[in-house]
Amino acid sequence: MSEAVLKNFAAGSAQQPNRAELKRDASRERLVLFGLCSPALLLVLVIMVLPVGWLFWLSFLGDDGSFTLEHYQRMVESKSYARIFRNTFEVSLLTTGICILAGYPLAYFLSQLPRRMANLCLITVLLPFWTSLLVRTYAWLVLLQRKGLINEWAMDIGLWDEPVKLVHNLTGTLIGMVHIMLPFLILPVYGSMRAINRDYLKAAANLGASPTQAFWQVFLPLSLPGLFAGALIVFVLCLGFFVTPAVLGGGKVVMVSMRIATNIELFFNWGAASALGVVLLLMTLAILGAATKLLRFDQLLGGGHGS
Amino acid sequence: MNWWKRPVSETQITNGGRLWLYVLAWLVMLFLLAPTVIVIPMSFSESQYLEFPPRVWSLRWYEHYLESPEWIQATFTSLKAGLLTMLVATPIGVMAAYGLFVSKLRAASLIFLILVTPIMVPVILVAIGVFYVYVQVSLVNTLPGLVLAHSILAIPLVVIVVSSALKSYDMNQEMAARSLGASRLRAFMVITLPQIRFSVITAALLSFLTSFDEVIVAMFVSGGENSTLTRNMFNALRDQIDPTIAAISTIMIVVSTSLLVLAQLFGKSDKAE
Repeated sequence: MSEAVLKNFAAGSAQQPNRAELKRDASRERLVLFGLCSPALLLVLVIMVLPVGWLFWLSFLGDDGSFTLEHYQRMVESKSYARIFRNTFEVSLLTTGICILAGYPLAYFLSQLPRRMANLCLITVLLPFWTSLLVRTYAWLVLLQRKGLINEWAMDIGLWDEPVKLVHNLTGTLIGMVHIMLPFLILPVYGSMRAINRDYLKAAANLGASPTQAFWQVFLPLSLPGLFAGALIVFVLCLGFFVTPAVLGGGKVVMVSMRIATNIELFFNWGAASALGVVLLLMTLAILGAATKLLRFDQLLGGGHGS
Repeated sequence: MNWWKRPVSETQITNGGRLWLYVLAWLVMLFLLAPTVIVIPMSFSESQYLEFPPRVWSLRWYEHYLESPEWIQATFTSLKAGLLTMLVATPIGVMAAYGLFVSKLRAASLIFLILVTPIMVPVILVAIGVFYVYVQVSLVNTLPGLVLAHSILAIPLVVIVVSSALKSYDMNQEMAARSLGASRLRAFMVITLPQIRFSVITAALLSFLTSFDEVIVAMFVSGGENSTLTRNMFNALRDQIDPTIAAISTIMIVVSTSLLVLAQLFGKSDKAE
């Protein structure tokens, strides 16, 4: 310590005679603050990062415990795996697309309402958002079944004559998934729309833009970051979706996550399940990584919390 | 000027010109609300086929639920897991959010990224990874195991909610308290915490709900007498449409709606201050 003091003195920092102590204080403070993060960090590392790392390792092990690429090879060669990946991407893209088509207009509508009214209407978005995903999936199962409400009403009105198969197929899966994903799209889009300065639109109208022109050339481009964030969240969540396709798909819609589960539950095939999981994770991270190149990360996370 | 031709919004479009927008918006809102709203009266139906509106009203499916020891046990497991997850994830998450916010650590953004990974990694992967590790340390089908796994799913939410609250908080107030002799802990407890308490409460409610509604991890690491409500529901759904689940669903809707109302109430007062 005396050495440090001497050094300080020699450096002529007479204005900061206690620089060394300050520095030590600062580093002790940093240690304390890091200590505050450490329980969370430790928990996440031990309960998640470590096991997932373990799975990564398992995906390269054969039945006899030696190094092998067979699990990845099978994924490339087997037709059934190719179909599962195609299925997963199709369902995710369709869900995201429908969510944009249904969610963007609603968010736009809400953003035009007075605040109080908009908050009231937002309950229709928040209520499902807070309701258990399983409960909502079950509700759709009941509504869409052969003798369900939708079929009965449609036949009463005369839309179709005999019960249409609405569930245990792609239709049912999409209806359920869109319902669950819509709030994830609407909330960030609504937030970014509220933040748009309305004077731009007045200026556009004043300069002779028709309502349609003002929307497409001024409003839409300004709302794109929110839309992009929402669509990205929806797409990434869809990729790993399990419960809704498992219940509403009736075995006809097989997603990657469902194949992972059956590999474990039925076949105890850890290698194959891990390899699928690793590929799913890498796809997710690649998409998120590519997106953060275009958008700031905290914007993505903050997007979900409205304005 | 009649409603139809009245110009609205800054673009001077008329109500009539965007009638389609109103229709579409109301349809989407109806779509969002319908399943939850319809399942409630259905659960009071006497029929096996869950009529709407029920021709004969009855509490049959609620009785069925209350008389089943498995469902009741599962309900208690879910409630216990939810509460414990809340008690584990909230303080740990608040500590981390505070530590990250105050420290100007170079590693702060990296630590933040690590802490929020659990909501980015597909849950199925977390589930089988945790299952694999729990088998080795015999934590499968235990309540502590379930709570730990649910906690890491809840921590990201707590960190995100509390971090965003801290962003609009003026840290100089805490500095003032400390320069007047309060310790960091005391300054946090007396000055900072009361001002971010609404976000902390929201985060706590979210942690409870994360655990209470979670299916996939519970499917792998809970079982036997520690089987959760959602796990049992999911298994029952795979077999057939059991009307008892409509009754349980209604109860769960009531639980989450009251939590939402609580959160909205607290959220409002947060902004009011």
